[in-house]
Order: sequence, then structure tokens, then C-alpha cells
Amino acid sequence: MEQLLKDFLLSKAWYFIAARGLTAIVILMSIAAYAVLLERKASAWIQGRVGPNRTNHPLIAWIPFLGTFLQKGGFIQPAADGLKFLFKEDPLPGHVRKTTYVLAPIVALAPALLSLVMLPFGRLPTGEVITLCPGADIGVLFMFAISSLGVYGIALAGWSANSKYPFLGAVRGSAQLISYELAMGLSVLTVFLATAAPGQDNPLSLVAMVDGQQGAWNVLCHPVAALIFLICIFAEANRHPFDMPESETDLVGGFHTEYGSFKFGLFFVAEYGHMVIGSSLFILMFLGGWHFLPWLPTVGTGYVAALFGAAWFFAKLVAFLFFFVWVRWTIPRFRYDQVMRIGWRVLLPVAVLNLLAYFLWYAIKG
Amino acid sequence: MAIKVVERRPLSLAERTYLPQILAGLKVTWANMLRPPVTLQYPEERPAIPTGYRGVPTLVRDPNGREKCVSCQLCEFVCPPKAIRITPGAIAADAPNAHVEKAPQEFEINMLRCIYCGLCQEVCPEEAIWLQSQYSMTGTSREMMVNNKAKLYELGGTLPDGHYKWDRKKAEAERQAHGGH
Ligand code: SF4
Ligand code: SF4
Repeated sequence: MEQLLKDFLLSKAWYFIAARGLTAIVILMSIAAYAVLLERKASAWIQGRVGPNRTNHPLIAWIPFLGTFLQKGGFIQPAADGLKFLFKEDPLPGHVRKTTYVLAPIVALAPALLSLVMLPFGRLPTGEVITLCPGADIGVLFMFAISSLGVYGIALAGWSANSKYPFLGAVRGSAQLISYELAMGLSVLTVFLATAAPGQDNPLSLVAMVDGQQGAWNVLCHPVAALIFLICIFAEANRHPFDMPESETDLVGGFHTEYGSFKFGLFFVAEYGHMVIGSSLFILMFLGGWHFLPWLPTVGTGYVAALFGAAWFFAKLVAFLFFFVWVRWTIPRFRYDQVMRIGWRVLLPVAVLNLLAYFLWYAIKG
Repeated sequence: MAIKVVERRPLSLAERTYLPQILAGLKVTWANMLRPPVTLQYPEERPAIPTGYRGVPTLVRDPNGREKCVSCQLCEFVCPPKAIRITPGAIAADAPNAHVEKAPQEFEINMLRCIYCGLCQEVCPEEAIWLQSQYSMTGTSREMMVNNKAKLYELGGTLPDGHYKWDRKKAEAERQAHGGH
């Protein structure tokens, strides 16, 4: 055992694993930070404001043009926000259940990181898939399973806070997740039934799904499934109009009412992480992944094409995150009973009917 | 009287899915996003102050440069939060305005107390205290927030005068002294 541990620590693989882990954390943190900036800027534009445009560092302000541009665009703001979270006092209220209270933000963030590692971003000319965890094309089931574990963070936070509002938020969060998970799973089932070739060894693979969208995107062939999935990822990421666990107007701050400083920051990152993962899944399954536009040929060849592919994926991700923000600042929150009604009495039956309709069509087509 | 019953139409299927409404809302916010922002970049851009604005209370001089306050202390007594403190003083007998008799020796308005109610301006019989266009009072200590007499005159400057009350009184007194009526 000791020998095994020693070998493991001394082996090169360990460093690679550590480096990859760090990369995942850095990527998620920076995407979350800039998603917050996007949120602040877009909300400002919608409300006729300017948004963050003051924060700067003297060293950066000194660069002509670029310095001003970075300041006006608010690009230094996320660094200031992050540092603020880091250096604030980290209070531990006296009335909380200490262990779970400290554990909850970690439990909320870990699934987001874990599913990020499994996301495919593009394809190298050698056929390998660009991802943080190569060779593990586990597919969509793993994604669903892990990313829904994030609700444990919310549940634990609400439970450990030992006060009413967080508890209500946590209960709502759990109920919402259960209600929308079913419709989500059913809606993507049709897509996988349609694209998986008979005899394929990994029918739930995301990579195979993207490869299948070279021509028409799935959103064109399966609009109903796409719509249901879209609504469900809003609900799963606890975003407006489904931000039941937070709903600051009726629950103060929901599950994170009792949290402050870096622990709150972790919840924040986890929320944006879920947004990123939800959008990535939607892009991979419905919007052609790293293919440019439907029916258009790939730009360039070899590594250029691979690079462009990853860039398309990233561009779509940014556009989708913007969509999340845009929806949030447009429509008000649903009431809790409405959320439950939409989940159980609308989305689930529609998803089932969609599946049945697909079966029928498949049977008639033969 | 004819009563018109408005038909309460049940929501159509499209309306019950919320989707057309959401799309319409997205269109509205998109249009808003393309509009220029209305924000005033405050410290660099300043708002236009309308005439008659009631900002920081100040003391003013008349166009001849005479200080108008006669330290009657009405403003001090009327001020609801007791922001004003006046030390009355006499005008030297050889001064050109000796007939006015009194002027404040020190005049302090504590801007940490002032509520900008304008009662001091309303009560002043000499039209000597005016709430003018300065809207921003800042300081890094309590002492800096107390405007003394020099500061008050610096802020107030000169305002046009419709009466020249004391000049007329002086002229009248001189006329009577020369035997007129
Ligand atoms: S400012 Fe006016 S009210 Fe106040 S003491 Fe002077 S004359 Fe009297
Ligand atoms: S404005 Fe009102 S509160 Fe301020 S000094 Fe005049 S009377 Fe006092």
C-alpha cells in the first residue's frame, strides 16, 4: 500500500492529473467570473445603464488605448470582485450546523468541476477529442448524474443554516430538480434514439452526437425536445425564471442567506458553472457542437479546422450564456406552484408525447 | 344606463404556454439594449442644476458688496435641526455702513445637521441667506462639514438686490438731517 502510494506520487501521471485539475478550476473560475461581468454588463444595457466601467489597475491603465478599453469594458472588474470575496472576513454564524455548513459550498462546486472535465470541446485531426479528460467519453448519462448532484450543495446549505428562509429555498431547489430531471431525460431520449447508429458501442456518447450533426442540427430535427431541454436547463441551473431556491424577493437570499465571503463566492461560481455545463450540453446535443453552421463545410483543414471548431464551440457558449442573462433580465420569476405545475403537468406529458410520436414515426417509416 | 359587459376571454393555448409573451419580452429588452444609456458619468459629467434649486445654504452680499446679514438670529431660531450658530457683532462706528449697526461676528452652518429645508431663507428679513445651486458637500472630518462665515460668503457670492433697503434708509436719514421731511 505504502509502495503504491509512493509510486503514485512519484509518477508523472500525478502531475498531469494535478495540472488538469488546476486547469479545470482555473477555466471554471474565469468563465464564471466573466459570466458575472457579462451579466452585469447586459443587465446594465437592458436597463439603459453603462455597467462596471471604473475598475482598473494603474499598470494596466498606463497602456494607451488598451488600458482604457479594458476599463470601459469592465474587464478588470471580475478580478476586483474575486479579490473582495477572498479577503472579506469569513464569518461562521453561531447557530449553524458547522460541518455541513462548511461542506455545502464544496459539495455545490465539486459536481460542476467534475462535469466540466468531461465536456468535449472539439476534435483534433488525429480523431482525438479535445477535452480535459481524454479517452473518457462517458456520455450524457454521467453528465446528468453528476450535475444534478449539485443540488446536494443547496440542500445541505439550507439544512445547515438552521433558519427558515434557507431551509425553504433548499426544499424548493430539491423539488424543482426532481420535477425537471424527468422531463429533461425524456426529451433527450428521442435525440439519442434518432442519432445513435444500431450496433454503436456507446450510444449515449456526446462526441458521436456532435459528429451526427455535420449536416442538420438536432434543434431543426427535434424542436420540441430542444425546447423542453432548454426550459429544463434553465430550471436545473436555478436561473430566472426558475430561481426558486434563491428568489431574493421572498426568501431573502434563499439557500445562501447565511453565507458570506468566499463560501458565498463558491456558490456563485457553482451556479455559473451549472449554466456553463447546461449551455454546453445544449450546444453539443442540439446546436451542432463544434460545427460552424448547419450544412456549411468546415473552415480549413487539419489543426486549423480543429482550432476553428473549438472557437465555434466557444462562441456558441458565449452566445448561450448571453441568452441566459438576456432571459433573466426580461421575465419575472414564476411562482413556486407554477414551477411545479409546468414541470409535472406540462413538460413531462409533452416529453412523453414527443417520445411516443417519435416511436410512431419510426414505426411508420420502418 | 346601458351596461357594457366586457367579455373575459380565457387565455388561448399559445398564451398559456407563456412562450409568445416571453418572446415579445425578449424583443423589448433587445430594443432597450440597443438604445444609448441614460447614465450620467457623475464626477466627470455634472447634472444641469435648474434655477431655484435649493442646495447648500449660503450668505450673500448685495451688488455694492455690503454684507446683508444683520445677525438678527431669526434663522438660528427657526432652523429645525439647529444647524446654525451665530455670534452677533457690532459694526465699527467709522465704517460706511455704521447705520446698519449689527453684523455677524461669526456665522456657522453645520452641514451635518442641515436638512436643506429652506426655512432660514424664508424667514430672513434681509434676504441674506440663500439656498443656492451647490448640491454636493463633502469632507473628511466633522470640522470640514461646518461652513464658517468666510466659507459661506465664498459660496454665496453676490446676488442682485431689488430694494437697497439700507442705502435708502441712509439717504432718508440724511435728507431729514438736512431739514427735509
Ligand atoms: S441670515 Fe438673515 S435671518 Fe439669519 S441672522 Fe442674518 S439677517 Fe437674520
Ligand atoms: S436649510 Fe433648514 S436646516 Fe439648513 S440651515 Fe436653513 S433652516 Fe437650518
